[in-house]
Amino acid sequence: MIDGNYLSSALGIAWRSLHNAFTKPAILLPSLIFPLFFLAAFAGGLSAISDTPRFEYPEGYTTFVFGFVLLQSSALGGVFTGFSIAADFQFGMGRRMLLATRHRTAIIAGYAITAVARVLVTWIVVTVVALAAGMGVGGSAGEIAALYLLSLTVNVVALLFSCGIALRLRTLQAGPLMQFPVFILLFLTPVYVPQALLAGWVAEVARANPLTLILNTNRDLLAGASAELLAAYGVAFGLVALLTLWAVSGMRRAETAG
Amino acid sequence: MSSAAVALPSGSSLPTQVSTLARRAVRRTVRQPAMIVPSLVFPLFLLAVNSAGLDAATHIPGFPTDSYLTFALAIPFIQGALFATMNSGQALAEDIESGFFNRLALTPMRGSALIAGQLGGLVAIGLLQASVYLAVGLAAGAHFEAGVLGVPVLFALSILVSIGFGGIGMLMAIRTGSGEAVQGLFPLLFVFLFFSSISLPRDLIQEDWFRTIATINPVSYLIEGVRSFFVIGWDGEALALAFGIAVALIVISISLASLALRGRMVRS
Repeated sequence: MIDGNYLSSALGIAWRSLHNAFTKPAILLPSLIFPLFFLAAFAGGLSAISDTPRFEYPEGYTTFVFGFVLLQSSALGGVFTGFSIAADFQFGMGRRMLLATRHRTAIIAGYAITAVARVLVTWIVVTVVALAAGMGVGGSAGEIAALYLLSLTVNVVALLFSCGIALRLRTLQAGPLMQFPVFILLFLTPVYVPQALLAGWVAEVARANPLTLILNTNRDLLAGASAELLAAYGVAFGLVALLTLWAVSGMRRAETAG
Repeated sequence: MSSAAVALPSGSSLPTQVSTLARRAVRRTVRQPAMIVPSLVFPLFLLAVNSAGLDAATHIPGFPTDSYLTFALAIPFIQGALFATMNSGQALAEDIESGFFNRLALTPMRGSALIAGQLGGLVAIGLLQASVYLAVGLAAGAHFEAGVLGVPVLFALSILVSIGFGGIGMLMAIRTGSGEAVQGLFPLLFVFLFFSSISLPRDLIQEDWFRTIATINPVSYLIEGVRSFFVIGWDGEALALAFGIAVALIVISISLASLALRGRMVRS
Protein backbone atom coordinates (compact mmCIF):
# COMPACT_ATOMS: atom_id res chain seq x y z
CA MET A 1 0.00 0.00 0.00
CA ILE A 2 1.27 3.47 -0.83
CA ASP A 3 1.31 5.70 2.23
CA GLY A 4 2.22 9.38 2.54
CA ASN A 5 5.79 8.61 3.46
CA TYR A 6 6.21 6.46 0.35
CA LEU A 7 4.83 9.15 -1.93
CA SER A 8 6.84 11.96 -0.38
CA SER A 9 10.03 9.86 -0.67
CA ALA A 10 9.35 9.10 -4.34
CA LEU A 11 8.50 12.72 -5.11
CA GLY A 12 11.56 13.98 -3.24
CA ILE A 13 13.86 11.72 -5.26
CA ALA A 14 12.09 12.70 -8.47
CA TRP A 15 12.38 16.40 -7.64
CA ARG A 16 16.11 16.11 -7.00
CA SER A 17 16.77 14.14 -10.21
CA LEU A 18 14.63 16.47 -12.28
CA HIS A 19 16.37 19.50 -10.81
CA ASN A 20 19.71 17.97 -11.81
CA ALA A 21 18.47 17.12 -15.30
CA PHE A 22 16.90 20.49 -16.04
CA THR A 23 19.73 22.61 -14.64
CA LYS A 24 22.55 20.73 -16.41
CA PRO A 25 22.27 20.99 -20.20
CA ALA A 26 24.80 18.17 -20.62
CA ILE A 27 22.27 15.80 -19.03
CA LEU A 28 19.12 17.05 -20.75
CA LEU A 29 20.35 17.90 -24.24
CA PRO A 30 21.32 14.41 -25.49
CA SER A 31 17.81 13.09 -24.78
CA LEU A 32 16.38 16.00 -26.80
CA ILE A 33 18.93 16.07 -29.60
CA PHE A 34 19.14 12.36 -30.44
CA PRO A 35 15.46 11.92 -31.42
CA LEU A 36 15.48 15.16 -33.42
CA PHE A 37 18.66 14.05 -35.14
CA PHE A 38 17.19 10.68 -36.13
CA LEU A 39 13.91 12.27 -37.21
CA ALA A 40 15.74 14.70 -39.49
CA ALA A 41 18.25 12.17 -40.83
CA PHE A 42 15.71 9.43 -41.57
CA ALA A 43 12.74 11.51 -42.72
CA GLY A 44 14.99 13.78 -44.77
CA GLY A 45 17.44 11.30 -46.20
CA LEU A 46 15.34 8.21 -46.73
CA SER A 47 11.91 9.44 -47.86
CA ALA A 48 12.49 7.98 -51.34
CA ILE A 49 12.10 4.54 -49.75
CA SER A 50 8.36 5.14 -49.54
CA ASP A 51 8.27 5.00 -53.36
CA THR A 52 9.34 1.37 -53.42
CA PRO A 53 6.73 -1.23 -54.40
CA ARG A 54 4.64 -2.66 -51.52
CA PHE A 55 5.54 0.25 -49.19
CA GLU A 56 2.06 1.00 -47.94
CA TYR A 57 1.66 3.68 -45.32
CA PRO A 58 -0.99 6.33 -45.88
CA GLU A 59 0.41 9.18 -43.78
CA GLY A 60 3.77 9.54 -45.50
CA TYR A 61 7.36 8.76 -44.57
CA THR A 62 7.76 11.48 -41.91
CA THR A 63 4.88 9.96 -39.92
CA PHE A 64 6.30 6.48 -40.51
CA VAL A 65 9.66 7.58 -39.09
CA PHE A 66 7.98 9.46 -36.23
CA GLY A 67 6.53 6.15 -35.00
CA PHE A 68 10.08 4.89 -34.56
CA VAL A 69 11.43 8.14 -33.15
CA LEU A 70 8.71 8.17 -30.50
CA LEU A 71 9.61 4.61 -29.51
CA GLN A 72 13.31 5.44 -29.51
CA SER A 73 12.96 8.65 -27.48
CA SER A 74 10.81 6.81 -24.94
CA ALA A 75 13.31 3.99 -24.56
CA LEU A 76 16.39 6.19 -24.47
CA GLY A 77 14.68 8.54 -22.01
CA GLY A 78 14.48 5.63 -19.60
CA VAL A 79 18.10 4.67 -20.26
CA PHE A 80 19.35 8.23 -19.68
CA THR A 81 17.61 8.25 -16.29
CA GLY A 82 19.42 4.96 -15.62
CA PHE A 83 22.69 6.90 -16.04
CA SER A 84 21.53 9.24 -13.25
CA ILE A 85 20.83 6.27 -10.97
CA ALA A 86 24.32 4.87 -11.65
CA ALA A 87 25.89 8.25 -10.88
CA ASP A 88 23.91 8.63 -7.65
CA PHE A 89 24.99 5.21 -6.42
CA GLN A 90 28.60 5.68 -7.56
CA PHE A 91 29.07 8.97 -5.76
CA GLY A 92 27.32 8.10 -2.48
CA MET A 93 23.91 9.74 -2.91
CA GLY A 94 22.29 6.33 -3.33
CA ARG A 95 23.57 5.19 0.05
CA ARG A 96 22.09 8.28 1.69
CA MET A 97 18.79 7.58 -0.04
CA LEU A 98 18.80 4.04 1.32
CA LEU A 99 19.41 5.40 4.84
CA ALA A 100 16.70 8.03 4.55
CA THR A 101 13.94 6.03 2.86
CA ARG A 102 11.80 3.45 4.63
CA HIS A 103 10.41 1.99 1.40
CA ARG A 104 13.14 0.87 -0.98
CA THR A 105 10.81 0.72 -3.98
CA ALA A 106 10.00 4.41 -3.41
CA ILE A 107 13.51 5.12 -4.72
CA ILE A 108 12.74 3.25 -7.94
CA ALA A 109 9.34 4.96 -8.16
CA GLY A 110 11.05 8.34 -7.79
CA TYR A 111 13.38 7.62 -10.67
CA ALA A 112 10.42 6.35 -12.74
CA ILE A 113 8.65 9.67 -12.17
CA THR A 114 11.86 11.40 -13.30
CA ALA A 115 12.02 9.33 -16.47
CA VAL A 116 8.38 10.06 -17.29
CA ALA A 117 8.76 13.80 -16.69
CA ARG A 118 11.88 13.95 -18.82
CA VAL A 119 10.34 12.04 -21.69
CA LEU A 120 7.27 14.30 -21.65
CA VAL A 121 9.52 17.26 -22.41
CA THR A 122 11.26 15.32 -25.18
CA TRP A 123 7.93 14.32 -26.72
CA ILE A 124 6.66 17.89 -26.76
CA VAL A 125 9.78 19.07 -28.62
CA VAL A 126 9.90 16.12 -31.05
CA THR A 127 6.15 16.23 -31.78
CA VAL A 128 6.15 19.97 -32.43
CA VAL A 129 9.14 19.65 -34.76
CA ALA A 130 7.57 16.69 -36.61
CA LEU A 131 4.27 18.54 -37.07
CA ALA A 132 6.13 21.62 -38.26
CA ALA A 133 7.96 19.40 -40.75
CA GLY A 134 4.65 18.31 -42.23
CA MET A 135 3.90 15.10 -40.37
CA GLY A 136 0.41 13.86 -41.17
CA VAL A 137 -1.72 12.32 -38.42
CA GLY A 138 -4.66 10.12 -39.31
CA GLY A 139 -5.41 8.78 -35.83
CA SER A 140 -8.25 10.05 -33.65
CA ALA A 141 -7.64 11.81 -30.32
CA GLY A 142 -8.26 8.51 -28.53
CA GLU A 143 -5.77 6.69 -30.75
CA ILE A 144 -3.14 9.36 -30.20
CA ALA A 145 -3.71 9.17 -26.44
CA ALA A 146 -3.29 5.37 -26.66
CA LEU A 147 -0.09 5.93 -28.66
CA TYR A 148 1.49 8.17 -26.02
CA LEU A 149 0.33 5.92 -23.18
CA LEU A 150 1.97 2.94 -24.89
CA SER A 151 5.15 4.96 -25.36
CA LEU A 152 5.06 5.94 -21.71
CA THR A 153 5.01 2.25 -20.81
CA VAL A 154 8.08 1.71 -23.01
CA ASN A 155 9.79 4.55 -21.16
CA VAL A 156 9.13 2.82 -17.83
CA VAL A 157 10.29 -0.53 -19.26
CA ALA A 158 13.63 0.98 -20.31
CA LEU A 159 13.97 2.77 -16.98
CA LEU A 160 13.40 -0.46 -15.02
CA PHE A 161 15.91 -2.34 -17.21
CA SER A 162 18.57 0.36 -16.77
CA CYS A 163 17.76 0.70 -13.08
CA GLY A 164 18.45 -3.01 -12.54
CA ILE A 165 21.86 -2.68 -14.17
CA ALA A 166 22.70 0.62 -12.45
CA LEU A 167 21.87 -0.79 -9.02
CA ARG A 168 23.88 -3.95 -9.59
CA LEU A 169 27.02 -2.26 -10.89
CA ARG A 170 26.70 1.19 -9.24
CA THR A 171 29.09 2.89 -11.64
CA LEU A 172 28.70 5.17 -14.64
CA GLN A 173 30.93 2.75 -16.54
CA ALA A 174 27.84 0.54 -16.77
CA GLY A 175 26.39 3.06 -19.24
CA PRO A 176 27.12 0.99 -22.37
CA LEU A 177 25.49 -2.05 -20.73
CA MET A 178 22.29 -0.04 -20.38
CA GLN A 179 22.45 1.66 -23.75
CA PHE A 180 23.65 -0.99 -26.20
CA PRO A 181 21.04 -3.71 -25.59
CA VAL A 182 18.25 -1.15 -25.92
CA PHE A 183 19.88 0.36 -29.00
CA ILE A 184 20.30 -3.06 -30.60
CA LEU A 185 16.70 -4.08 -29.84
CA LEU A 186 15.47 -0.79 -31.32
CA PHE A 187 17.39 -1.30 -34.55
CA LEU A 188 16.23 -4.90 -34.85
CA THR A 189 12.71 -3.67 -35.57
CA PRO A 190 11.33 -2.51 -38.94
CA VAL A 191 13.01 0.90 -38.58
CA TYR A 192 13.06 2.05 -42.20
CA VAL A 193 10.40 0.01 -43.98
CA PRO A 194 7.22 -1.88 -43.02
CA GLN A 195 7.82 -5.33 -41.56
CA ALA A 196 6.61 -7.01 -44.76
CA LEU A 197 9.51 -5.46 -46.68
CA LEU A 198 12.26 -6.61 -44.33
CA ALA A 199 14.63 -9.12 -45.85
CA GLY A 200 17.05 -11.75 -44.57
CA TRP A 201 17.86 -12.49 -40.97
CA VAL A 202 16.60 -9.14 -39.71
CA ALA A 203 13.09 -10.14 -40.81
CA GLU A 204 13.29 -13.23 -38.60
CA VAL A 205 14.75 -11.38 -35.63
CA ALA A 206 12.23 -8.54 -35.96
CA ARG A 207 9.38 -11.04 -35.84
CA ALA A 208 10.61 -12.28 -32.44
CA ASN A 209 11.46 -8.81 -31.11
CA PRO A 210 8.75 -7.56 -28.71
CA LEU A 211 9.48 -3.97 -29.71
CA THR A 212 8.36 -4.74 -33.28
CA LEU A 213 4.76 -5.19 -32.16
CA ILE A 214 4.90 -1.94 -30.21
CA LEU A 215 6.46 -0.07 -33.15
CA ASN A 216 3.88 -1.43 -35.60
CA THR A 217 1.13 -0.41 -33.18
CA ASN A 218 2.64 3.09 -32.87
CA ARG A 219 2.51 3.48 -36.65
CA ASP A 220 -1.01 2.05 -36.90
CA LEU A 221 -2.28 4.42 -34.21
CA LEU A 222 -0.66 7.41 -35.94
CA ALA A 223 -2.33 6.44 -39.20
CA GLY A 224 -5.67 5.63 -37.61
CA ALA A 225 -5.45 2.09 -38.91
CA SER A 226 -6.61 -0.97 -37.01
CA ALA A 227 -3.96 -1.68 -34.40
CA GLU A 228 -3.10 -4.71 -32.32
CA LEU A 229 -3.55 -2.52 -29.30
CA LEU A 230 -4.34 -5.16 -26.71
CA ALA A 231 -1.43 -7.36 -27.73
CA ALA A 232 0.97 -4.37 -27.67
CA TYR A 233 -0.22 -3.27 -24.25
CA GLY A 234 0.00 -6.88 -23.08
CA VAL A 235 3.64 -7.06 -24.15
CA ALA A 236 4.45 -3.66 -22.64
CA PHE A 237 2.85 -4.37 -19.26
CA GLY A 238 4.35 -7.87 -19.24
CA LEU A 239 7.78 -6.30 -19.65
CA VAL A 240 7.01 -3.80 -16.88
CA ALA A 241 6.10 -6.66 -14.52
CA LEU A 242 9.20 -8.66 -15.42
CA LEU A 243 11.59 -5.75 -15.20
CA THR A 244 10.10 -4.50 -11.94
CA LEU A 245 11.37 -7.75 -10.42
CA TRP A 246 14.75 -7.09 -12.06
CA ALA A 247 14.94 -3.55 -10.66
CA VAL A 248 13.75 -4.50 -7.17
CA SER A 249 16.25 -7.36 -6.94
CA GLY A 250 18.90 -4.86 -8.08
CA MET A 251 17.89 -2.60 -5.21
CA ARG A 252 18.39 -5.52 -2.80
CA ARG A 253 21.86 -6.06 -4.25
CA ALA A 254 22.70 -2.37 -3.79
CA GLU A 255 21.43 -2.51 -0.22
CA THR A 256 23.47 -5.61 0.56
CA ALA A 257 26.58 -4.01 -0.93
CA GLY A 258 26.04 -1.04 1.39
CA MET B 1 51.40 0.18 -21.80
CA SER B 2 52.86 2.40 -19.16
CA SER B 3 54.49 5.65 -20.05
CA ALA B 4 57.72 4.42 -18.48
CA ALA B 5 57.99 1.77 -21.17
CA VAL B 6 59.05 4.37 -23.73
CA ALA B 7 62.84 4.37 -23.87
CA LEU B 8 64.37 6.91 -26.18
CA PRO B 9 68.08 6.74 -26.96
CA SER B 10 69.78 9.98 -26.06
CA GLY B 11 70.17 12.28 -29.06
CA SER B 12 67.78 10.13 -31.06
CA SER B 13 66.84 11.26 -34.52
CA LEU B 14 63.35 12.24 -35.58
CA PRO B 15 62.69 8.88 -37.33
CA THR B 16 63.75 7.02 -34.18
CA GLN B 17 61.48 9.17 -32.05
CA VAL B 18 58.59 8.63 -34.45
CA SER B 19 59.05 4.87 -34.66
CA THR B 20 59.36 4.58 -30.86
CA LEU B 21 56.16 6.48 -30.29
CA ALA B 22 54.38 4.69 -33.16
CA ARG B 23 55.28 1.31 -31.65
CA ARG B 24 53.97 2.53 -28.31
CA ALA B 25 50.73 3.74 -29.91
CA VAL B 26 50.18 0.42 -31.68
CA ARG B 27 51.05 -1.66 -28.61
CA ARG B 28 48.80 0.42 -26.39
CA THR B 29 45.89 0.04 -28.80
CA VAL B 30 46.39 -3.68 -29.28
CA ARG B 31 46.55 -4.22 -25.52
CA GLN B 32 43.19 -2.49 -25.03
CA PRO B 33 40.57 -4.54 -26.89
CA ALA B 34 37.97 -2.04 -25.68
CA MET B 35 39.54 0.43 -28.11
CA ILE B 36 39.51 -1.91 -31.10
CA VAL B 37 36.46 -4.13 -30.69
CA PRO B 38 33.77 -1.41 -30.80
CA SER B 39 35.34 0.11 -33.90
CA LEU B 40 35.10 -3.28 -35.62
CA VAL B 41 31.84 -4.64 -34.23
CA PHE B 42 29.61 -1.57 -34.17
CA PRO B 43 30.00 -0.63 -37.88
CA LEU B 44 29.54 -4.27 -38.90
CA PHE B 45 26.40 -4.55 -36.78
CA LEU B 46 24.91 -1.46 -38.40
CA LEU B 47 25.96 -2.79 -41.81
CA ALA B 48 24.16 -6.07 -41.15
CA VAL B 49 21.00 -4.36 -39.88
CA ASN B 50 20.87 -1.67 -42.54
CA SER B 51 21.65 -3.97 -45.47
CA ALA B 52 18.69 -6.16 -44.50
CA GLY B 53 16.42 -3.34 -43.39
CA LEU B 54 17.02 -1.15 -46.42
CA ASP B 55 17.22 -3.85 -49.07
CA ALA B 56 13.92 -2.55 -50.46
CA ALA B 57 15.76 0.64 -51.47
CA THR B 58 17.36 -1.27 -54.35
CA HIS B 59 13.92 -1.19 -56.03
CA ILE B 60 13.98 2.61 -56.25
CA PRO B 61 14.36 3.49 -59.95
CA GLY B 62 17.94 4.58 -60.60
CA PHE B 63 19.47 2.81 -57.60
CA PRO B 64 22.98 1.90 -58.76
CA THR B 65 23.13 -1.75 -57.64
CA ASP B 66 20.81 -4.64 -56.87
CA SER B 67 22.55 -5.34 -53.55
CA TYR B 68 22.13 -2.91 -50.67
CA LEU B 69 24.97 -4.69 -48.87
CA THR B 70 27.32 -3.72 -51.70
CA PHE B 71 26.04 -0.15 -51.56
CA ALA B 72 26.33 0.09 -47.77
CA LEU B 73 29.73 -1.57 -47.40
CA ALA B 74 31.42 1.83 -47.78
CA ILE B 75 29.83 3.04 -44.54
CA PRO B 76 31.91 0.93 -42.09
CA PHE B 77 35.08 2.33 -43.63
CA ILE B 78 34.03 5.86 -42.72
CA GLN B 79 32.51 4.85 -39.37
CA GLY B 80 35.75 3.06 -38.53
CA ALA B 81 37.63 6.23 -39.32
CA LEU B 82 35.36 8.14 -36.95
CA PHE B 83 36.18 5.64 -34.24
CA ALA B 84 39.84 6.33 -35.03
CA THR B 85 39.11 9.94 -34.13
CA MET B 86 37.99 8.92 -30.69
CA ASN B 87 40.77 6.37 -30.18
CA SER B 88 43.60 8.71 -31.11
CA GLY B 89 42.05 11.58 -29.18
CA GLN B 90 41.36 9.44 -26.16
CA ALA B 91 44.92 8.04 -26.15
CA LEU B 92 46.49 11.48 -26.40
CA ALA B 93 44.14 12.93 -23.79
CA GLU B 94 45.11 10.13 -21.41
CA ASP B 95 48.75 11.02 -21.97
CA ILE B 96 47.99 14.62 -21.11
CA GLU B 97 45.87 13.74 -18.07
CA SER B 98 48.37 11.22 -16.72
CA GLY B 99 51.29 13.65 -16.96
CA PHE B 100 53.13 11.55 -19.55
CA PHE B 101 52.88 14.42 -21.97
CA ASN B 102 54.51 16.80 -19.49
CA ARG B 103 57.38 14.39 -18.96
CA LEU B 104 57.84 14.08 -22.73
CA ALA B 105 58.01 17.85 -22.95
CA LEU B 106 61.09 17.72 -20.71
CA THR B 107 62.87 15.42 -23.17
CA PRO B 108 64.35 16.39 -26.55
CA MET B 109 61.28 14.78 -28.12
CA ARG B 110 59.90 16.93 -30.92
CA GLY B 111 56.22 17.73 -31.14
CA SER B 112 56.13 16.53 -34.74
CA ALA B 113 57.39 13.11 -33.57
CA LEU B 114 54.55 12.88 -31.08
CA ILE B 115 51.97 13.55 -33.77
CA ALA B 116 53.61 11.31 -36.35
CA GLY B 117 53.94 8.52 -33.78
CA GLN B 118 50.23 8.65 -32.99
CA LEU B 119 49.48 8.59 -36.70
CA GLY B 120 51.59 5.45 -37.03
CA GLY B 121 49.23 3.77 -34.61
CA LEU B 122 46.28 5.01 -36.65
CA VAL B 123 47.69 3.51 -39.86
CA ALA B 124 47.94 0.10 -38.17
CA ILE B 125 44.38 0.28 -36.86
CA GLY B 126 43.12 1.63 -40.19
CA LEU B 127 44.66 -1.32 -42.04
CA LEU B 128 43.15 -3.81 -39.61
CA GLN B 129 39.72 -2.20 -39.88
CA ALA B 130 39.79 -2.06 -43.69
CA SER B 131 40.87 -5.71 -43.91
CA VAL B 132 38.09 -6.88 -41.59
CA TYR B 133 35.35 -4.80 -43.24
CA LEU B 134 36.35 -5.94 -46.72
CA ALA B 135 36.66 -9.60 -45.73
CA VAL B 136 33.32 -9.65 -43.89
CA GLY B 137 31.58 -7.73 -46.68
CA LEU B 138 32.83 -10.02 -49.42
CA ALA B 139 32.09 -13.12 -47.35
CA ALA B 140 28.52 -11.83 -46.90
CA GLY B 141 28.11 -11.55 -50.66
CA ALA B 142 29.00 -7.95 -51.52
CA HIS B 143 30.43 -7.19 -54.97
CA PHE B 144 33.82 -5.54 -55.50
CA GLU B 145 33.77 -4.11 -59.01
CA ALA B 146 37.28 -2.60 -58.95
CA GLY B 147 38.99 -5.99 -58.96
CA VAL B 148 42.17 -7.04 -57.19
CA LEU B 149 44.02 -3.84 -58.09
CA GLY B 150 41.33 -1.86 -56.32
CA VAL B 151 42.15 -3.41 -52.94
CA PRO B 152 45.43 -1.54 -52.26
CA VAL B 153 43.90 1.71 -53.54
CA LEU B 154 40.86 1.20 -51.29
CA PHE B 155 43.18 0.52 -48.34
CA ALA B 156 45.21 3.65 -49.14
CA LEU B 157 42.06 5.79 -49.19
CA SER B 158 40.78 4.16 -46.02
CA ILE B 159 44.04 4.87 -44.19
CA LEU B 160 44.12 8.47 -45.39
CA VAL B 161 40.58 8.99 -44.13
CA SER B 162 41.54 7.42 -40.77
CA ILE B 163 44.55 9.73 -40.48
CA GLY B 164 42.43 12.75 -41.38
CA PHE B 165 39.79 12.01 -38.74
CA GLY B 166 42.50 10.90 -36.31
CA GLY B 167 44.03 14.36 -36.70
CA ILE B 168 40.70 15.85 -35.59
CA GLY B 169 40.74 13.57 -32.54
CA MET B 170 44.26 14.69 -31.69
CA LEU B 171 43.28 18.32 -32.11
CA MET B 172 40.34 17.81 -29.72
CA ALA B 173 42.59 16.07 -27.20
CA ILE B 174 45.32 18.70 -27.29
CA ARG B 175 42.85 21.58 -27.09
CA THR B 176 40.79 20.13 -24.23
CA GLY B 177 43.33 17.89 -22.47
CA SER B 178 40.40 15.72 -21.36
CA GLY B 179 39.38 12.23 -22.45
CA GLU B 180 35.84 12.91 -21.26
CA ALA B 181 35.63 15.98 -23.47
CA VAL B 182 36.88 13.99 -26.47
CA GLN B 183 34.19 11.38 -25.84
CA GLY B 184 31.58 14.10 -25.50
CA LEU B 185 32.53 15.67 -28.83
CA PHE B 186 32.58 12.33 -30.63
CA PRO B 187 28.79 12.07 -31.29
CA LEU B 188 28.91 15.45 -33.02
CA LEU B 189 31.07 13.90 -35.74
CA PHE B 190 28.35 11.34 -36.39
CA VAL B 191 26.10 14.18 -37.49
CA PHE B 192 28.36 14.59 -40.52
CA LEU B 193 27.99 10.89 -41.28
CA PHE B 194 24.19 10.77 -41.02
CA PHE B 195 23.62 13.97 -43.00
CA SER B 196 25.48 12.65 -46.01
CA SER B 197 24.80 10.26 -48.88
CA ILE B 198 25.19 7.41 -46.39
CA SER B 199 21.84 5.73 -47.09
CA LEU B 200 20.94 6.74 -50.64
CA PRO B 201 22.79 8.22 -53.62
CA ARG B 202 22.51 12.02 -53.55
CA ASP B 203 20.44 12.15 -56.74
CA LEU B 204 17.83 9.88 -55.16
CA ILE B 205 17.42 11.95 -52.00
CA GLN B 206 13.99 13.54 -52.36
CA GLU B 207 14.08 16.27 -49.74
CA ASP B 208 15.83 19.33 -51.19
CA TRP B 209 17.19 20.57 -47.85
CA PHE B 210 18.73 17.18 -47.08
CA ARG B 211 20.24 16.85 -50.56
CA THR B 212 21.77 20.33 -50.21
CA ILE B 213 23.35 19.44 -46.86
CA ALA B 214 24.61 16.11 -48.23
CA THR B 215 26.11 17.91 -51.23
CA ILE B 216 27.93 20.44 -49.04
CA ASN B 217 29.03 17.77 -46.56
CA PRO B 218 32.55 16.54 -47.47
CA VAL B 219 31.84 13.17 -45.81
CA SER B 220 29.46 12.40 -48.72
CA TYR B 221 32.42 12.46 -51.12
CA LEU B 222 34.54 10.25 -48.86
CA ILE B 223 31.72 7.69 -48.76
CA GLU B 224 31.12 7.95 -52.50
CA GLY B 225 34.84 7.42 -53.19
CA VAL B 226 34.95 4.25 -51.11
CA ARG B 227 31.58 3.14 -52.51
CA SER B 228 32.79 3.50 -56.09
CA PHE B 229 35.17 0.54 -55.65
CA PHE B 230 32.24 -1.72 -54.76
CA VAL B 231 29.51 -0.42 -57.03
CA ILE B 232 31.14 1.09 -60.13
CA GLY B 233 34.71 -0.12 -60.41
CA TRP B 234 37.07 2.73 -61.28
CA ASP B 235 35.38 6.14 -61.08
CA GLY B 236 38.06 8.80 -61.61
CA GLU B 237 35.91 11.71 -60.44
CA ALA B 238 34.71 10.00 -57.26
CA LEU B 239 38.25 8.87 -56.42
CA ALA B 240 39.80 12.28 -57.12
CA LEU B 241 37.24 13.96 -54.87
CA ALA B 242 37.66 11.38 -52.10
CA PHE B 243 41.46 11.43 -52.14
CA GLY B 244 41.50 15.23 -52.43
CA ILE B 245 39.17 15.69 -49.46
CA ALA B 246 41.03 13.08 -47.39
CA VAL B 247 44.37 14.83 -48.03
CA ALA B 248 42.84 18.25 -47.31
CA LEU B 249 41.40 16.88 -44.06
CA ILE B 250 44.84 15.56 -43.08
CA VAL B 251 46.59 18.83 -43.89
CA ILE B 252 44.06 20.95 -42.01
CA SER B 253 43.63 18.72 -38.96
CA ILE B 254 47.34 17.95 -38.51
CA SER B 255 48.31 21.60 -39.00
CA LEU B 256 45.80 22.71 -36.39
CA ALA B 257 46.88 19.88 -34.06
CA SER B 258 50.52 20.94 -34.47
CA LEU B 259 49.68 24.54 -33.65
CA ALA B 260 47.67 23.46 -30.62
CA LEU B 261 50.53 21.18 -29.55
CA ARG B 262 52.95 24.08 -29.66
CA GLY B 263 50.67 26.04 -27.36
CA ARG B 264 50.18 23.06 -25.05
CA MET B 265 53.95 22.46 -24.77
CA VAL B 266 54.53 26.11 -23.91
CA ARG B 267 51.84 25.92 -21.19
CA SER B 268 53.37 22.70 -19.87
